Amino acid sequence: MTASQVVSTVVEWMPFILRGFGLNILMSVLAILIGTALGIFLGLGQLSRLRLVGAPSRLATQLFRNAPWLVLLFYCIFLMPYQVNIGGMTIVLPSWLRATIGFSFPVAANFSEIVRGAVNSVPHGQWEAAEALGYSRRATLFRIVLPQCISRMIPPWMNLYALLLTATPLSMIVGVEEALGRTQAAVQAQANAAMLLPMYLALLALFFFYTWPINRLSRALEGRFGTK
Amino acid sequence: MVGDIQAFFRDLSGSGINLTIFYDAFDFGRFVTGLGYTLLLIALSGFFSILIGAMGAAVLSLGRGPAASVIRGYVALFRNTPLIVQMYFFYFAIGSIMPVMRNEIGLAQPLIGGLAWAVISLSLYAGAFNVETFRAGIGAVHRSYEEAALALGYTPRQVFVSVTAPLALRFSFASLANNLVDLTKATTVAYAVGVTELLYVSNQIWSDSLNTIEMMNVILVIYLVLTGLVVFLINRVEAAMRLPGFGAGGAP
Repeated sequence: MTASQVVSTVVEWMPFILRGFGLNILMSVLAILIGTALGIFLGLGQLSRLRLVGAPSRLATQLFRNAPWLVLLFYCIFLMPYQVNIGGMTIVLPSWLRATIGFSFPVAANFSEIVRGAVNSVPHGQWEAAEALGYSRRATLFRIVLPQCISRMIPPWMNLYALLLTATPLSMIVGVEEALGRTQAAVQAQANAAMLLPMYLALLALFFFYTWPINRLSRALEGRFGTK
Repeated sequence: MVGDIQAFFRDLSGSGINLTIFYDAFDFGRFVTGLGYTLLLIALSGFFSILIGAMGAAVLSLGRGPAASVIRGYVALFRNTPLIVQMYFFYFAIGSIMPVMRNEIGLAQPLIGGLAWAVISLSLYAGAFNVETFRAGIGAVHRSYEEAALALGYTPRQVFVSVTAPLALRFSFASLANNLVDLTKATTVAYAVGVTELLYVSNQIWSDSLNTIEMMNVILVIYLVLTGLVVFLINRVEAAMRLPGFGAGGAP
């Protein structure tokens, strides 16, 4: 096979793989939204002085942070129902949606740690100053500490998103037709060993050019929002 | 003793919790094999990733030439692409152009099998993260140590080997522990290239014995124990290598 034939074959299959990559992006966007929302509650829960809130939040954070992504993914794929009935309405949960929920748990746990880290990075003197001015603990947290945390949380949050996106091809193992699954299908359809290397290289490039700018931007922002 | 344990879990299976691995010798054997492969993956990839990380960080801090650019490119490439795609790339794409051997009964057998590719790919992946970790550790060593050593007549290379690197290693432990925990979790991806590690054998067991929930819980607990063990080991090494005045409060 000549080089131009190889390139034209890769280009020919690219729309098929790109549609799969669209699913990767969709899963990652949904999972980061769900995970961030859950993570805010878990993170603030970890900071709670109530033991009834603090201990379960810390436990859940550690559990989902230290479990392999693939194991959590298997949990959601095998143990979640295929469809749910809510008030007579039947909602079908396709495997990509169940996989997305599976990705949300580790994202929530990681974001919980980001929230905790950001709150703890605010100098303790600010809490004391607020207390001296008569602010309650809740008012200090929501009106003084958290507004400063937002800019500090953005770079690690972007890193987390990049990590999540690079985890989404794991869902191929449980049969989701995303970019990696489609690449494999394309390679099998071509039945040509010479195309294996260029096809997988193209897929690596696809992920690289999506993730790399995110990590670069995150690093640039980190320098800008950096606190001393 | 063993008989009692088996009897207990056989009784337990009657009540709905069917843990075949504790009373069925065949499932137990498979499970232990899987655990062994997981431990092997962690040990080998952990070792090679630390080696790659240390060499990469040394190149980055000693040289400015093309070697440093190669390392930077490697780190960017492996950190920004999915591990499973890298593993597929090695196993299927690179594997397809590797020479094939014949085993003793004449069947084709690839020169590098699934396990070896998994170790290579996990080492390169975790190695890229370790390069960054060690480089940050080197950055955390204050310039004054280097200047003092240079003033005492050390060559730049000697400064690196005898002063900067030992201190940098001690500053890197926290981040290194994090990377090794991630590596421990990442060994599950070897499932995709058919390495019979813990998740793979568990999948076989629950396919045969229909005890998915029980097995999922068992492997979840095992991975939590494994990551805990990795952190414990790193902390022990860190404590053993502690220098008075550094680390645990003394670090910058």
